Amino acid sequence: MSIEQREARQPWILLTPALTAIGLLLIVPLVFIVVYSFWLKSAAGADTPGFFLDNWQEALTDPFYRDILLNTLKIAAVTTVACALLGYPAAYFIARSRGNKMVLLVLLMLPFWISYIIRTMSWINILGVSGALNSALIWLGLINEPIQMLYNETTVILGLTHFLLPFMVLNIFVSLDGIDTNLEDAASSLGATKWQGFLQVTLPLSLPGLAAGGLLCFVLAAGTYITPVILGGPRDAMFANLVYEAIIRQLNWPLGSALSLLLLVVLGVLVLIYNRYLGMAQLAKGLG
Amino acid sequence: MSAVSLSNIVKRFGDYTAVHQMSLEIEEGSFVTLLGPSGCGKTTTLRMIAGLLDPTEGEIAIKGKRVNDVPIHKRNLGLVFQNYALFPHKTVAENVAFGLNYRNVPKDEARRKVAAALELVQLPDLGARYPKELSGGQQQRIALARAIVIEPDVLLLDEPLSALDANLREDMRVELKRIQQSIGVTTVFVTHDQTEALAMSDQIIVMSEGRVEQVGAPEEVYNTPATEFVAKFLGASNLLSARCADMAGGDIALELPGFPKIAIPRDRAPRVSGPGPVRLVIRAEKLHLKAEGTPADGLLSVDAVVENVDYQGQSARYFVRVGDHQMQAINMIEDHPFATGAKVSLQFRARDCAALPVESPS
Repeated sequence: MSIEQREARQPWILLTPALTAIGLLLIVPLVFIVVYSFWLKSAAGADTPGFFLDNWQEALTDPFYRDILLNTLKIAAVTTVACALLGYPAAYFIARSRGNKMVLLVLLMLPFWISYIIRTMSWINILGVSGALNSALIWLGLINEPIQMLYNETTVILGLTHFLLPFMVLNIFVSLDGIDTNLEDAASSLGATKWQGFLQVTLPLSLPGLAAGGLLCFVLAAGTYITPVILGGPRDAMFANLVYEAIIRQLNWPLGSALSLLLLVVLGVLVLIYNRYLGMAQLAKGLG
Repeated sequence: MSAVSLSNIVKRFGDYTAVHQMSLEIEEGSFVTLLGPSGCGKTTTLRMIAGLLDPTEGEIAIKGKRVNDVPIHKRNLGLVFQNYALFPHKTVAENVAFGLNYRNVPKDEARRKVAAALELVQLPDLGARYPKELSGGQQQRIALARAIVIEPDVLLLDEPLSALDANLREDMRVELKRIQQSIGVTTVFVTHDQTEALAMSDQIIVMSEGRVEQVGAPEEVYNTPATEFVAKFLGASNLLSARCADMAGGDIALELPGFPKIAIPRDRAPRVSGPGPVRLVIRAEKLHLKAEGTPADGLLSVDAVVENVDYQGQSARYFVRVGDHQMQAINMIEDHPFATGAKVSLQFRARDCAALPVESPS
């Protein structure tokens, strides 16, 4: 074998472990799901292999699924905006602090050491009927009876924001940390106030991080099912809960497969549109 | 009225004092260089003038107005950084126009001014490009255009040439000086490079460890260093322990073992006040190596042995021994350089020597 041939092979040899993992753990199961979605669950309980469009028809025409899908996207969007508004100042603070940056980043990562479920459930101790907030309000004499604050859409968004905020902060931080502080100084020297300099220079240069963080938060929020189970009420199911319901409770794998593929396609299309219009590639190019 | 005036400026960072009691007057239209090694406080001083740092003590005035409490964006200064600091997401023209946006300049006039500034830095056709598409030298020219288009009261240059490679640096040095002279803007230039300082400045302020060592025209600072630090920092100098024997008349008579008596003019030793120990300073390029036995012909002459030769093509740096002293001499080479071990006669003029009082060890 010539040297060129060997060199041409090398990347493929290096890629083999990753490709094998992706193939076995992602592509193969996904193909199973696609195949499953065309099967039919019979009343008797056994699945009927074949090519039936019934599941897809149900998923795409039933307004119940449509409403929950739209609501899921709305919750994800609100969560993303909340994360961006709360996360940006925090990321800015960390990126511009001197010396103790590493400590602040470790603090930011600290919640990941505790299970996401435990963190979500902690809100029950805070907002529950006998939780910290109600107890405090009663102690202060502001209310006589505990208020029911839990189990609604707001607490779902709260829980998701709590869960996803570090992802947003990290992404924005990486972006901000890469911006030369001389740029802000240059803007000030040319007559821009701190705020004008931020709007003109720092914010546009940090958009790639904001966009990446936003995308991550949105996709993770849209695919969540634990938060609504713990913090949502009976009417606050998100789309992933429907998939769970279909597969685990009703043992209807074909319908569950169709529903999960629907969510996958919708999120995939949104990601493509997002990429196209926020022009992340373009922004990255500008940064050289 | 000075364009910039610092009075008793002190800057402390915690326990560390970066600038000690600095006072300075910078004349309108002049090109002044803060020169010193890294950590000498030159950049700190520049950043205080710019308004990026607050002085711990003292007053800063620009055009006679105290600016201690004036934020940077209201000081009307042009600032150029070592790393250019162009806005990467804006085109060259947008970069240059940036400062005009905050000065209520009408659109047409702004466009004209941007074009004129790009013309001045000799890059008239690059307006539509992005900074990353330009070379380092071009980027620094754009940074300069961006700083001068706002017609600043003072132009502050923080090591603007240090990121460029050697040849480009020399071209930019000439270019920068040309631009500064053509618009006549008061300029404060920070550098650690003595060549840049000597070539460009009307006045050099040599700094060391947060203190001003000497203020003077390039020739003055080079030829008559006020302190041992200045003598060592600028060019290659020989510093020898000597004794001032006599101050009678217009000359100062210096004695040092192994040398003939050296009588230097009084103005070459302004800080020597009376007889006693002094330091004799002589530049390496003022010491001439001649073949052994060459007649002195009015020059001072001592016998020396070449210990080492650092060949540099058109010139050579010799390390020679005169009695107990090792000295260095930089000479142009005629025919061939002297070889190691050669016996030579070292000749120099008394008026090329300078004398400094002995500094008490700090």
